[in-house]
Amino acid sequence: MKKRLITISAILLCALLFSFVAHRSTEAVTAEQVTLKIPKGFPTPVYNFSNNDPNPLLFSLGRKLFYDPILSKDSNISCGTCHKQAAVFSDAPLALSRGISGLTGTRNAPALQNLIWNTSFMWDGGVNHLEVQPISPITNHVEMDETMASVIRKLHRSSTYRESFSTAFGDTVISSERMLKALAQFIGLMISANSRYDHFVNHKGTFTTQEEKGLQLFRDKCANCHHEPLFTDNRYRNNGLVPDSALHDKGRATITGLQFDEYKFKVPSLRNIALTPPYMHDGRFNTLNEVLGHYANPKKFAPNTAKEMYEIGRLSSADKQAIIAFLHTLTDSSFITDKRFSNPD
Amino acid sequence: MRKAAFLAICLTCCVLIVGFKRIPQQHGSLTITFKHLVGNIPLALDTVQYKNELRQPFTITKFKYYISNIHLHKTDGSLVPVDQYFLINEDEPDSKTITLSDIPTSQFTGIDFIIGVDSLHNCSGAQSGALDPVNAMFWAWNTGYIFLKLEGKAAASKSPGHLFEYHIGGYQQPTNCIRTVSLQFPRALTVGTDKELVLKTDAAEILKSPNTLDFSKLSSVTDFHNATTIADNYADMFSVSKIR
Repeated sequence: MKKRLITISAILLCALLFSFVAHRSTEAVTAEQVTLKIPKGFPTPVYNFSNNDPNPLLFSLGRKLFYDPILSKDSNISCGTCHKQAAVFSDAPLALSRGISGLTGTRNAPALQNLIWNTSFMWDGGVNHLEVQPISPITNHVEMDETMASVIRKLHRSSTYRESFSTAFGDTVISSERMLKALAQFIGLMISANSRYDHFVNHKGTFTTQEEKGLQLFRDKCANCHHEPLFTDNRYRNNGLVPDSALHDKGRATITGLQFDEYKFKVPSLRNIALTPPYMHDGRFNTLNEVLGHYANPKKFAPNTAKEMYEIGRLSSADKQAIIAFLHTLTDSSFITDKRFSNPD
Repeated sequence: MRKAAFLAICLTCCVLIVGFKRIPQQHGSLTITFKHLVGNIPLALDTVQYKNELRQPFTITKFKYYISNIHLHKTDGSLVPVDQYFLINEDEPDSKTITLSDIPTSQFTGIDFIIGVDSLHNCSGAQSGALDPVNAMFWAWNTGYIFLKLEGKAAASKSPGHLFEYHIGGYQQPTNCIRTVSLQFPRALTVGTDKELVLKTDAAEILKSPNTLDFSKLSSVTDFHNATTIADNYADMFSVSKIR
């Protein structure tokens, strides 16, 4: 009888252990998976994880936070609500995202990728460091409308977070600094560099004739601002869009106060661009064809449009199709299906 | 026997090394207390009515500011830097007394510091302590610290609820609101002997000079608009009260 009991207990224990291990193995990331690997040809990152060495525990904590609506005032909105992996962590196809209580913002939610090469964040460049970036949506009144103090209080009240923080940091302190560093690990390692374009430039893949023509046209007309390999030069420009009279968005000038910066917005990366419609800071164009139509029509440019826009010149319909074909080679489908970045729940 | 002698020598050496190391380490701490005033009247939140230069009555509901990049001036003219950041908050009495640690026990003739946070620490990502964004002294939309907050009520204010709020920050030109304060002590201060330096912070200065603020015209400053106007005012709100 006693022997039988021991055997049953042992089996149960094994089953429990196995289920635990099995459960962990589907979720846990390895140290190798969170090691920063700079893609070939990419420059030195701006954010280099100094004082925030990537490790699986912090990365996983950041991942959990990213997908947890606990960061919002009414516990309905998470970072992942408006930054969906299937849409390259943008809110495609929405032009303007819905935040707390269904409130609408004034700008198109950008894709999250290759953030460690950004010299600033947001369309107006108002955020100067990757680690403090999440504070902006968390405290924005039409996004998550929460205070940092309240977020930290809520994390303290949660037994799962108490456990996750102490596992990740080795003690029971839950602070905004730790929370932000964990989030920075998660979003900072979102690196997209596995598109057909990357294979082509690294001589590991081919382009069709049309794609190659598109690349040439792109380099000739678009690369002044959309520098390879990141497809942005991280600067701000007035790209000729007539300001939306309902949004009154003066762009970079809202940060600097300088008239010189009025209606300038940050040049966005074009990686994965085919997956992130609609386009422009306010999501006014639904298709890439409309975007190219705008750039090819300088007569309609707003005052103070950047000189680079006038250098684009005429684009025939075939030119546009070639550029669009090229832009589709910037799609990195492995990035949007990478399990490291999926919702852990 | 030999072993014992050897041990004794070793022990003596250790004691000597430790002893010698300690001799030059003559460091102490200096306590600074900030006495908040409005003109000559002690500042009290919510309850006391003050008048500005234009005789407009007002009460204060919030008063907090950053002090950093402190240097103590030695009698030989050299400076002793203090790498600590302090958030002084009228609503948290403990925050009004700060302790500068690891200061050489020597004589000092003055002190300088900045009101605000230096540009490096405005661009350093997630930080803790006084610089923790939970302190509600951090702008998220235009990242950087709010150097000073003064909020209150004034009948003359045309803002909803007759409130006024001045949130001043910005570390870049042309709206840099960092201001340096330099104060001479009335007599030499000896760290290790003197217990405390008492500084007066006169909140009335924020409303007064060189720019006289009219609550009916300027009741809300929460970004770069008019920020330097107020920064120029707070630049001279500190004075030395006493050393004890």
